[in-house]
Amino acid sequence: MAASATSTAGRQAARPLSQRARERRRDIAQWMAALPYLAPSLLVFAVFVFYPLVRSVVLSTYATNSIGQMTRFVGARYYQRLVQSSEYLNSLAVTVRFVLYTVPGVLLVSLLLATLGNLRLKGIAVYRIAFALTLAISGATAALLFQFLYHPVVGAFNYLLDLAHLPRVGWLIDPQWALFAVSVPRIWLQAGFATVVLLAGMQGISEELFEAAKIDGAGFWASWRHITFPLITPSLFFLLVVTTLNAFQTFTEVNVLTKGGPVDATQVVVHEIYRSFYFNGQYGFASAQALILFAIMLVLTIIQFGVIEKRVYYA
Amino acid sequence: MSRPAQTRKVVGKVLLYAILTAAAIVMVFPLYNGVVTSFLSPNKVDTYPPTLFPVELYWQNYADALRQAPLLRFVMNSFIQSSGVMVAQLVLASLAAFAFAFLPFKGKQFVFLVFLSTMMIPWESTIIPNYLFIQGIKWDDTYLGLIAPFMASAFATFLIRQSFMSLPRDLYDAAVIDGCSNLRYLLTIAVPLARPALGTLAVYSFLQTYNQYLWPLLITNKVEMRTVQIGITMLRDAEREMWAVVLAGVVIVMIPTLILFVIANRQLIRGLTAGALKG
Repeated sequence: MAASATSTAGRQAARPLSQRARERRRDIAQWMAALPYLAPSLLVFAVFVFYPLVRSVVLSTYATNSIGQMTRFVGARYYQRLVQSSEYLNSLAVTVRFVLYTVPGVLLVSLLLATLGNLRLKGIAVYRIAFALTLAISGATAALLFQFLYHPVVGAFNYLLDLAHLPRVGWLIDPQWALFAVSVPRIWLQAGFATVVLLAGMQGISEELFEAAKIDGAGFWASWRHITFPLITPSLFFLLVVTTLNAFQTFTEVNVLTKGGPVDATQVVVHEIYRSFYFNGQYGFASAQALILFAIMLVLTIIQFGVIEKRVYYA
Repeated sequence: MSRPAQTRKVVGKVLLYAILTAAAIVMVFPLYNGVVTSFLSPNKVDTYPPTLFPVELYWQNYADALRQAPLLRFVMNSFIQSSGVMVAQLVLASLAAFAFAFLPFKGKQFVFLVFLSTMMIPWESTIIPNYLFIQGIKWDDTYLGLIAPFMASAFATFLIRQSFMSLPRDLYDAAVIDGCSNLRYLLTIAVPLARPALGTLAVYSFLQTYNQYLWPLLITNKVEMRTVQIGITMLRDAEREMWAVVLAGVVIVMIPTLILFVIANRQLIRGLTAGALKG
């Protein structure tokens, strides 16, 4: 009797417990079912993204030998040195200028091309393909194509200047012009992708809106300004974020065209990082530079989402 | 419609075509100029004013380009790297996307955020440890070293997940009740139905990898392991800079991606913009 009473009480106390246990067993079972599907990706991310990120932080506080082994803790010394390093500060300034050349350039060119590509005309598909062509072209080959266009003697660009009776330009050898010259192939390359994105946005706009505007007497320009543009601001915002991030990470065009010269006029941050660790073996110092770049990009993206996205019109 | 109005309409149309054509010329010109120059004989290339029209078909430049640098070897290396990355991304992204789209498990939101966070970490901020790691395990100058870091992709997972989520949920429930295992459902139902998204991803990841520059530059040193984008600059850095030969080389290495673009541009564009806009 006493035994059965305790067993009943025990059962009553155990019921919520066993339910929790059952829940936990179910959670575990669900995880065991999901894990084989997630594990391969998680493993790759762990090895090639998360672990290296942590290691980058550690590396940036250590002196290293020539093969990158950490030898001595130096604390925040690299970061202090960065603030005073004229090379690094110059590379940041160059990168910001590169961003200011290329991002508005890409957005304006693609806005124009997408507007043209969105016209209802016979044969427009051919033009759209021409506008999107650079989607298939790489940074390195684009840079080589432009290097020939920039050729001081027989390049097409100086020839055009001659035709217009303007003075010739030493595109890649004049420190005044080199960064601009490196920016142009980037604008050309990204304009293809950006145009495709904007065109898709424009084609998603409901036809009825334009019909209604037409009835109200709106011309092409009015309906572009009051219907097309506001409704593609989400696509424009997406492009703003993506092209800004890409511009901060520029390397290929600089490496192919100028190697950072003349006199560091095109030495963007990633090329400076490359020089620090690949040629000078300063792994810790270069890691600190890379992390600062990461921090800048993160802050900038947060600002873009916080400030500019408020002006984006989400239908 | 009255006469003047009709005339104005025609003039307007002609004007629009003129603007469109001018824009297309500007966008195509750098490529066009490269192709034209790659067919000019050396004395034509070095003359002023530059030859802007295809007046010659001097194939010798292409033979010279192939002789001066092992371009076909570079193309093969890039094909192996790009195919490897493409297949790995298709498999890994499909698996992960399946878990996110169909399987219930605790903390799914969090795991998904972990995936997405990899898109926010720029490759440059991890490249030094990755470079040291690949060197440490002696994977430099190997295909594994070229492929391994790019096998998983948050963008790819996201793209496939979106596609899986558009499949009717009842289909999955019914299949499970009928005793269909998860893996079989993924392979025989979900993957075939998500073919458009998988096709987009295949083209996209192939193009991206084929056009890679910094990583192959860091981890390949032997000439025979160089990929196209690095190898092509070898032509320019040859003893005597011959621009027609360099540009012939540029055309050769661009042919695969241009063909891919012509075949798949519709699907690529549709898939990419879907991913971009839904994001």
